[in-house]
Amino acid sequence: MSSTKDHSGVTTVATYPIAIEINGKPQQLDVHPWTTLLDLLREQIGLTGTKKGCDHGQCGACTVLLNGKRINSCLTIAVMHDGASLTTVEGLASGDDLHPMQAAFVKHDAFQCGYCTPGQLCSAVGMTAEGRAETSDELREHMSGNLCRCGAYPNILSAIEEAMPATREQLERDKGVSR
Amino acid sequence: MNPFTYARPTGIDEAVSLFTPDSRYIAGGTNLLDLMKENVTHPEQLIDITRLPLKDIEETTDGGLRIGALVSNSDLAWDARIEQHYPLLSKAILAGASPQLRNMATTGGNLLQRTRCYYFYDADTPCNKREPGSGCPARDGLNRIHAILGHSEQCIAVHPSDMCVGLAALDATVIVKGRDGERRIAFADFHRLPGNEPERDNTLADGELVTAVELPAENFSTHCAYLKIRDRQSYAFALVSVAAALQLDGGVIRNVRVALGGVAHKPWRNPEAEALLVGRPADKAAFGELADALLAGAIGFNDNQFKIELARRAIVRALSDAVEGAV
Amino acid sequence: MTVKTSPVGKPLDRVDGPMKVQGQAKYAGEFPLPGLLYGHIVNSTIARGRILHIDTRAAEAVPGIEAVLTHENRPPIASYDKPYEDDDAADGSPFRPLFNDRILYNSQPIALVVGESLELARYAASLIKVEYQTEEHATDLLTNLDQMSTAPADLPGPRGDAKQALNNAAVKVEVQYTTPVEHHNPMEPHASTVHYLPDGTLEVYDKTQGVQNCMRYLEDVFDMEGQIRILTPFVGGAFGSGLRPQHQLPLAVMAALKLKRSVRVSFARQQMFTFGYRPRSIQRLTMGASSDGQLQAIYHQAIAQTSRFEDYTEQQVEWSGMLYKCPNVTLDYQLVPLDVYTPLDMRAPGGTIGVYALECAMDELAYAANIDPVELRQKNFTDFNANEGKPYSSKALLECYEQGAERFGWSKRTMAPRSMQDGHQLIGWGMATGMWEAMQMPASAKACIDATGKLIVSSATTDIGTGTYTVMTQIAAEAMGFPMDQVEFKLGDSNMAKAPLQGGSFTVSSVGSAVQKACQELRMKLLDTVQQTPASPFSGKTPDEIDFADGWLFIKDAPEQRVKLTDIAAETGALEVEASVEPGEVRDGYATGTHSAVFVEVKVDEDTGMVKVSRVVSAVAAGRVVNPKTASNQIMGGVVWGVSQALHEETQMDHNLGRFMNHSLAEYHIPVQADIGDIDVIFVEEHDEIVNALGSKGVGEIGIVGVAAAVSNAIFHATGKRVRDLPVTLDKLM
Repeated sequence: MSSTKDHSGVTTVATYPIAIEINGKPQQLDVHPWTTLLDLLREQIGLTGTKKGCDHGQCGACTVLLNGKRINSCLTIAVMHDGASLTTVEGLASGDDLHPMQAAFVKHDAFQCGYCTPGQLCSAVGMTAEGRAETSDELREHMSGNLCRCGAYPNILSAIEEAMPATREQLERDKGVSR
Repeated sequence: MNPFTYARPTGIDEAVSLFTPDSRYIAGGTNLLDLMKENVTHPEQLIDITRLPLKDIEETTDGGLRIGALVSNSDLAWDARIEQHYPLLSKAILAGASPQLRNMATTGGNLLQRTRCYYFYDADTPCNKREPGSGCPARDGLNRIHAILGHSEQCIAVHPSDMCVGLAALDATVIVKGRDGERRIAFADFHRLPGNEPERDNTLADGELVTAVELPAENFSTHCAYLKIRDRQSYAFALVSVAAALQLDGGVIRNVRVALGGVAHKPWRNPEAEALLVGRPADKAAFGELADALLAGAIGFNDNQFKIELARRAIVRALSDAVEGAV
Repeated sequence: MTVKTSPVGKPLDRVDGPMKVQGQAKYAGEFPLPGLLYGHIVNSTIARGRILHIDTRAAEAVPGIEAVLTHENRPPIASYDKPYEDDDAADGSPFRPLFNDRILYNSQPIALVVGESLELARYAASLIKVEYQTEEHATDLLTNLDQMSTAPADLPGPRGDAKQALNNAAVKVEVQYTTPVEHHNPMEPHASTVHYLPDGTLEVYDKTQGVQNCMRYLEDVFDMEGQIRILTPFVGGAFGSGLRPQHQLPLAVMAALKLKRSVRVSFARQQMFTFGYRPRSIQRLTMGASSDGQLQAIYHQAIAQTSRFEDYTEQQVEWSGMLYKCPNVTLDYQLVPLDVYTPLDMRAPGGTIGVYALECAMDELAYAANIDPVELRQKNFTDFNANEGKPYSSKALLECYEQGAERFGWSKRTMAPRSMQDGHQLIGWGMATGMWEAMQMPASAKACIDATGKLIVSSATTDIGTGTYTVMTQIAAEAMGFPMDQVEFKLGDSNMAKAPLQGGSFTVSSVGSAVQKACQELRMKLLDTVQQTPASPFSGKTPDEIDFADGWLFIKDAPEQRVKLTDIAAETGALEVEASVEPGEVRDGYATGTHSAVFVEVKVDEDTGMVKVSRVVSAVAAGRVVNPKTASNQIMGGVVWGVSQALHEETQMDHNLGRFMNHSLAEYHIPVQADIGDIDVIFVEEHDEIVNALGSKGVGEIGIVGVAAAVSNAIFHATGKRVRDLPVTLDKLM
């Protein structure tokens, strides 16, 4: 029954160079084509803040901001992102100052184990930038790509509701800077 | 994943010329990489098409829209022209996947999503779609999420897309380009039923690249509804979904379209039955008749019999909702 | 001088919060090590039989693959059962990975491929070919009931004569419920990173709820006493999945020993379905009551699945003998062994299932007797646990009913099913009682003053997200009289003072009591020490008369009389105290438990049957609440779990293949943000000086118990349909 095909004809894996900006820092990296953006972050450059919950785009723990948009970093290969700019949870705070979304998550106890938290945070910032969700029900729908097994959903919602205005202001400022 | 090589063409013809039988085009990658990690798909070359000039939405000469294959699901759903003139498509897209996935997934890729059948996804079990001739354990196994229409002895899987259900109702056209040039495929002819070749999801020839999807001028912007019924409120595949569109003249049906998702190997329509409703009052009796016609011949399995009645109710409900406006 | 307020009882932010929101908290699979290798597990594709041949040549030939371990070439491991029996083992012979050629369940680990990268190991694993001798398997509980036998559980014997009383009862319900297999699925997949040290000893970063449990397991299985240290600073959720060492741990150790290299093994999400789970069960209840709703008799039988190698038991039926006043009770618990892995404790093990059935049956009884469901429960309240023949140390359940009902607006409910509607939405209001035990285990903690004058307290417990770091800091700060920012609590290291498994809602009561005692003793020791100084102003002062602030010890009434803590430490060497606490004898005369009343509103679409839980009020009596912020988060999480149990969770097995098939988070549903409505948590005041020195009962489990019943009862109220098979999916409401 287990008739796994033998693909061992191709065993040497070449690497490809990419230039990518991660949390504001330009990097030149050599990547294997099969290395996902998530594994690049976690295993190749040691940024383990971005989490692997399912590795199949079914949980949202790996959410990062790619060119400002929230995506699942597990379902894309790094080699495709030559020239891209990436923000992970490690890049949200400014020095010692927590991002408003981070501060609100602490204040509202918007997590328990903390494993989905980096993805929730990046997703919430990405959602704010999209500007499509306002009411509580809309926020719930637009945050539904991030599972939280601890069930901290009500606190996550409260934190986001509180931090959205300040996040919006910060996004505007950042836009001004990059202009 | 198995080892593969990577190519990054900048032109459409170059992309098509790079194609070999063991290649796959990759754009959003949200389904392809998923399948590669599951050892379901093993391409030896990935052709990255994200640098191709297929990212625009343009008006066509006959008043419709031409959507580049690389337009992301989010950009499409939130495009002002789509929201205003094709709300059915916008709603169908936003009912699917998650915001993150919609940011990555593309128009062309959405058409090429593969089924969510458990057995197809588990490379340690038989599956005729994955390994032709190995068998279909779903028939006598877990089939709650499977097809009630158009299935075959070989395969009872369903197409998982929401966007495609909207496109089917809107009579979209798929534009593809291969080595032999460009061709246009009516949406109804793009996906296929499993028959004896369940491994083939669609009618694309080897190496053909989806370059665009065209929407006709007729947009059903005033009366339409996308109803998705699923086991969670969000981020779940449809058990049954309905794209319903109406054109009304007072309370009388001038035109009606209904496409079903989650029930067959392709979005399910019945244009003949739709035509019979023209001139009839837009009421539950008429909607019920259309539902019956759409579901004629439906056969369920052990776990999914309920889908037949569920689909019937959903069709009537979606059409009733559509009478009220764009919902 | 820092102004101090008593930290216990305050809704303080988590002390580890800033680390978690910045991605700085490191979990088991995230520790980088030089030359680290990655292991990928290969799983069996049959449910029962033998491995005839396993061909690893193609995998081994892949450049960068260092080894493929199978039962044929693994390092030596213990050959008796005893070394494998961990602190949460069930009766029987624990599973031993790669022990021999036997296949005991589908997806059993049969090989480990070790290579230079994750993707490489996964790829090479796909090249392994296995030839099996397949034997017939049985995996379906419902079709194997003839195999059942009495569970080795310590059930209370029959009370009164339930049969007779049922015959005479004016109102009777006889019902059967079924509950499915569920998997824990914490967001962080299990992982072990084994650091192979130059002297051959191992430091292992492991995802576990018991660092010392895993240490002893590895020491015994690999005959490595004193050579293993387990480190678990953060756990990305567990809910019971970390109560036993899971097989990635011994597999990673095997590879490290074989290759003398550091190795990490992480489960893929699919592999999170290849070990313990909540067992599928059948719950049969017959209840009899007088016409005014006084319970006369309860018969409760549970039939649950287990593996062929261990008899997994949990408290499924005991609740029916203790929650209400009922003179005639018969309880029975049967197990059916199948070709599956052994079930495993999962959040409120047994209670989630047994109380679900009991509380649905109570609702059915309420309708049979035409009595309001809350009133029925109030009528049958007891503060005496008849299973144990002891009074409860405290049981503020009546207050839970009252305050919960008030907050929810229960008095506006109309009794008849389908009597409340809003457009296409049928509205249903339902409720249930919840209960869990308030246990205490022996535990120890160490407290010391470090070189900066800070209080450092430690114990070998974990923080699975429950807030252990934070509440222990609060307890230590209060006991010592230190401000919060001068206290650090450390955990997750098997070298620390002895702590029990983190589970059963007993961490605060057990470890918290030890932390409190250690700090109280350290305070005494400090005072003692300064009193030794000749002509000390502290002479004759009691611990209540002194205080600490900003690194100084001073006399409350004369703050100018003070000594720098670092000076005391410098003079006397390290000031350190280790304290152990056993459950108090005073507990022996009492039963102890937490209780709750859960009120739920559902909206059910009249056409499609889609259910949304729009509102929940959970009123909880759990003694003293150390941190209302983290505690209410625990209750909310429990409610989300209960909603999930009611509507979503079910691991589906194809019994032809004997294999779980919805092994992904796309198909194994847990709620998403959009599924969860408003959740209102009330902590009812409850004073309890018997349960432990803190008066705190624990809140990890009570939040889930009763919720699935309340949701099911609300769905009945909305639709008039009793769905007795979980989860209540929309097809069952058609």
